[in-house]
Amino acid sequence: MATTSKSSAPRKEGEGPAVSETARLGEREVASRAGEVHRQDEAPRQEEGLQTSEDLLRQDGWKLGDLELVSRVILGTARYPSRQVLLDALAAAGTQLVTVGIRRVDPAAGGAENLFQLLRQHGYHVLPNTAGCFTARDAVLTAQLAREALGTALIKVEVIGDEDTLLPDVEGLIEACRELVRLGFTVLPYTNDDPITAKKLEDLGCAAVMPLGAPIGSGLGIRNPHNIELIVSRARVPVIVDAGVGTASDVAVAFELGCDGVLLNTAVARARRPVAMAAAVRDAARAGRLAHAAGRVPRLFYAQASTPLAGRIGSAAPDTPSDSGR
Amino acid sequence: MTIRVNGEPRSVDRALRIAELVRSMVADDPEGVAVAVNGEIVTRSRWHEREVRDGDDIEIVRATQGG
Repeated sequence: MATTSKSSAPRKEGEGPAVSETARLGEREVASRAGEVHRQDEAPRQEEGLQTSEDLLRQDGWKLGDLELVSRVILGTARYPSRQVLLDALAAAGTQLVTVGIRRVDPAAGGAENLFQLLRQHGYHVLPNTAGCFTARDAVLTAQLAREALGTALIKVEVIGDEDTLLPDVEGLIEACRELVRLGFTVLPYTNDDPITAKKLEDLGCAAVMPLGAPIGSGLGIRNPHNIELIVSRARVPVIVDAGVGTASDVAVAFELGCDGVLLNTAVARARRPVAMAAAVRDAARAGRLAHAAGRVPRLFYAQASTPLAGRIGSAAPDTPSDSGR
Repeated sequence: MTIRVNGEPRSVDRALRIAELVRSMVADDPEGVAVAVNGEIVTRSRWHEREVRDGDDIEIVRATQGG
């Protein structure tokens, strides 16, 4: 961190070393290196314009492959207390796209509702995953079975490295994605929060990248927001935080970091009140998208007074301690 | 002949088509079901023609809950 020079003159408002941060201002990225002094008033402000927040949200559509979506929330279908709670939660979240697993049919389960039919009847798009696959070979076959079973080219690719962490096996993931891109799939890889890996996946033709916030089902939220922001800043495909979301604020943070979507399951399904949490997630997604579009203030090392100094009564401020030499 | 179906060995004593095998395993409408034999997809349109052969390793899957 740069040292400020000793000076007898009072420090100007807002000066001081800024915390290393990437600040998005309008469409322009300003990367601050440690020690750079930020003068906030130099930052260009976007015209507020006549757009209301509802207008902004209404125009907030996006595409995954050929699929056009308005909702930025993708929900999983596992671990719900009942099918009815699942359906109610999906409706409360306003999601349009939901994930499913692919598993061997179980004759003993006869009479259980056909989940795929149920989801289609309620108008949801379905995104199959390759959960439980530990090798590229299994992931590729599972994807092919999913495409045949569900009639979609969309596939969430998971190649898992170990059973405790469920973290991706990057080597296997890249191999599987390369093959699935070659076979014409719309590949959405569940990956870690490493920007280099994310770039490799994008470059080999994935339709999005889906970095984890934290291990699947852990509810730990976004463990490395800096890396997520790095991934967002470099990606030319949608970035979807997938895994580890614990509560609504994690969803808002993901969107404030610039993510295009959030995929979550446990945070809603295992909440005490899944339908309430689903509604909270919907609101959090809106808040995060709006906050991102609004362009947040930069993070500062020192305070900057909100109330102007001019016209105040009373004594002057005490001497400010010098921070030189730190 | 002996085949494997979803990881379990099964003995088959007559000509058996994939369609019949699926019907024996899936109680309801097989919408959303897919079949692979020896690592290759057998599309639904071929379920009525494809016969199982000795040693075939068959996977019959469907969509289930997942995250």
